[in-house]
Amino acid sequence: MPSKDNAYVEFENVCKSYDGRTLIVQNVNFSVRKGEFLTLLGPSGSGKTTCLMMLAGFETPTSGDIRIDGRSVHALPPRKRGIGMVFQNYALFPHMTVGGNLAFPLEVRGFDREQCRERVARALDLVRLSGLEDRRPNQLSGGQQQRVAIARALVFEPDLVLMDEPLGALDRRLREEMQYEIRRIHQSLGVTMVYVTHDQQEAMVMSNRIAVLRRGDIEQIAEPEALYEEPERSFVARFIGENNRLQGRVTKVNGDICEVETGGQIIQALRIAPCQVGDATTLSIRPERVAIEPEPGLYTNELEAKVEDITFLGDHLRFRLNVCESLEFIAKIPNTVGHGAVLKGDKIRIGWTPTDCRVLDPDDEEDTT
Amino acid sequence: MNSNTNIKTNTLRPRLRATGLVLPLLAFIAITFIAPLAMMLVHSVYDPTVANALPETLNLLREWDGKSAPDEAVYATAARELLKARQDRSLGRVATRVNRVHPGLRSVFTRSARNLQNVREGPYREVMIGLNSAWGDIQTWYAIRSAGDRFTSRHYLNALDLQPLPDGSIARQPPERRIYLALLWRTFIVSLSITAICLLLGYPIAHLIAHSPPRIANLLLILVLVPFWTSLLVRTTSWIVLLQTQGVINDLLVTIGLIGDDGRLAMIYNMTGTLVAMTHVLLPFMILPLYSIMRAIPPTQMSAAASLGANSFQAFWRVYWPQTLPGVGAGSLLVFILAIGYYITPALVGGSTGQLISNMIAYHMQTSLNWSLAGALGGILLVCVIALYLLYDRIVGIDRMRLG
Repeated sequence: MPSKDNAYVEFENVCKSYDGRTLIVQNVNFSVRKGEFLTLLGPSGSGKTTCLMMLAGFETPTSGDIRIDGRSVHALPPRKRGIGMVFQNYALFPHMTVGGNLAFPLEVRGFDREQCRERVARALDLVRLSGLEDRRPNQLSGGQQQRVAIARALVFEPDLVLMDEPLGALDRRLREEMQYEIRRIHQSLGVTMVYVTHDQQEAMVMSNRIAVLRRGDIEQIAEPEALYEEPERSFVARFIGENNRLQGRVTKVNGDICEVETGGQIIQALRIAPCQVGDATTLSIRPERVAIEPEPGLYTNELEAKVEDITFLGDHLRFRLNVCESLEFIAKIPNTVGHGAVLKGDKIRIGWTPTDCRVLDPDDEEDTT
Repeated sequence: MNSNTNIKTNTLRPRLRATGLVLPLLAFIAITFIAPLAMMLVHSVYDPTVANALPETLNLLREWDGKSAPDEAVYATAARELLKARQDRSLGRVATRVNRVHPGLRSVFTRSARNLQNVREGPYREVMIGLNSAWGDIQTWYAIRSAGDRFTSRHYLNALDLQPLPDGSIARQPPERRIYLALLWRTFIVSLSITAICLLLGYPIAHLIAHSPPRIANLLLILVLVPFWTSLLVRTTSWIVLLQTQGVINDLLVTIGLIGDDGRLAMIYNMTGTLVAMTHVLLPFMILPLYSIMRAIPPTQMSAAASLGANSFQAFWRVYWPQTLPGVGAGSLLVFILAIGYYITPALVGGSTGQLISNMIAYHMQTSLNWSLAGALGGILLVCVIALYLLYDRIVGIDRMRLG
């Protein structure tokens, strides 16, 4: 469990069930440090939005406790939690101008006219929409509406801002632009943010830490780099970035390294899951860690592979290989001089180091993104 | 040039075909709606009956000074034309028209004409005054002259409790004959009350339906629409059963001891009956536009308002209510316009105090046969409704109104 000394938001054994039988959220524990950007990442139905709604106060946990700044918020209605929230479809008020939308949270808090105007101008400046006070939301583009929604969630200077898949409705280019925009705002204001998305790339760009959820449970919570480089669960390995997975059985355990039999081959790999000899397992290796035609003897794992397909992607090449009875084994090779030597249908040798190949829990692949 | 004409004919033919499809409806509306409406409006200002029957008398009366009884020539001509009118059976209608200007002249006309048959020679002045002293009264001749106008504002003045005086000025009717303005006022007040009650009752229901899960929403919508599918008479009659002095509600109140047997409430055949039954009939017209507007408001709007710090009242009043205004406007306008011209329900359950202007129009159409006055009353009602519509358009904007 994360240390509690500087935790700002804490989830402790939080469970949520709508029908009293199935748990949408099961025993979730995590904490968010002050000023941190935490993303709840997971496929639909993983319980990430439910977690956010419980934090915002629109849902009540069935059991467990949620604390903000050390105080349990169980009895607090949403309006008293002082949380800025950006909704999936922005939820801007169509009958008010942009200025009216932004002034709304200030007016209900009893700010006077002068203070309202000043803060609204500042918030609009922050999202780079100065001068659009008198427009109506439907006169704005999707990206501009998004910025207004963010400005509205920030204008009353909350310490905590929640975002529920705010970029889902935008096209790809705008989405990427907004990702950097949100990151910039987060860094310049230093507010604590909890962000929900199913887009792993989005999570990677913005977050300090990412919590990967699956079936109402947190699979792993870590920095983006760690999540990518050191997935601890086969679901995380599969969900974050591209990954090769080989199903096999542990044949020998030797400290941190164990031997796994898959498709008639023995592979040495790093032991992550607490597996014993005879256990079923998933081997996980990133495509860019696979070397093609390595110098003999350089890698402990060396295998025969048949090239099924080669895709040219500009800066790199993508090889689809037949290895260990898997037809979907991918290797990514940087576009360097001499790559043209390998052709489709060739038999080649590939290799990787045992530490790049991780022994994880057996993958049931029931839900994919 | 040739290709240009080709394009024209190419677009013309489908357009003609489309026009042909709506033609039956246009014809239907023209025959059943526009024509009767126009006819009634013409009736309210144009009435040639007297002018056709007594043309020469009216010609002579135009030169009359109006200070004393007219001279012999007028009497002689009037006598001749009255006889002629009696022969071609138009006398009754003429007498009725004149009677409306000056009550009591109907019998003077019919009786005098009957007696004039036996008169062979003048002086007609003495003869007619001898038959009936009313012929010596200058008011009688004023009445004839006034009724002889083909175009007249008299019916409209009448409908507004005004009357034209012989000197051309306009005065209020004597107090005992002032009925229409009060009735018009009452109709407005009742329609406004019904609109307000419908809004008060319909708004929460519409909200409930709009934000219920689809299955429950459908069921509730059916419940709202059931009155639409029930005969108006059945509905009204069931209100009679419920509300009458020996009816279900009174029996219940007496049984539980809230009122004594001799203190039974009069809830029908008066204004209460009209209000209750009309609210029931018109409620769906309020609920449906509200529902269609409310359904389009995403529930996250209220969540957003709450997360921004608004309490439930602020969230409702500043976020929800303004967005429902087009529906409120549409529903209110619809209910008000329907209420202001409603006839059957007040006629059945209104008693004498619950009658509205439309019942008076019906009375003039069916009983007193004063179609001109009926037309004038209807015209005033129409002007009021159009004025209201324009006012609504000015304030809210008609394009913002959505009916469903």
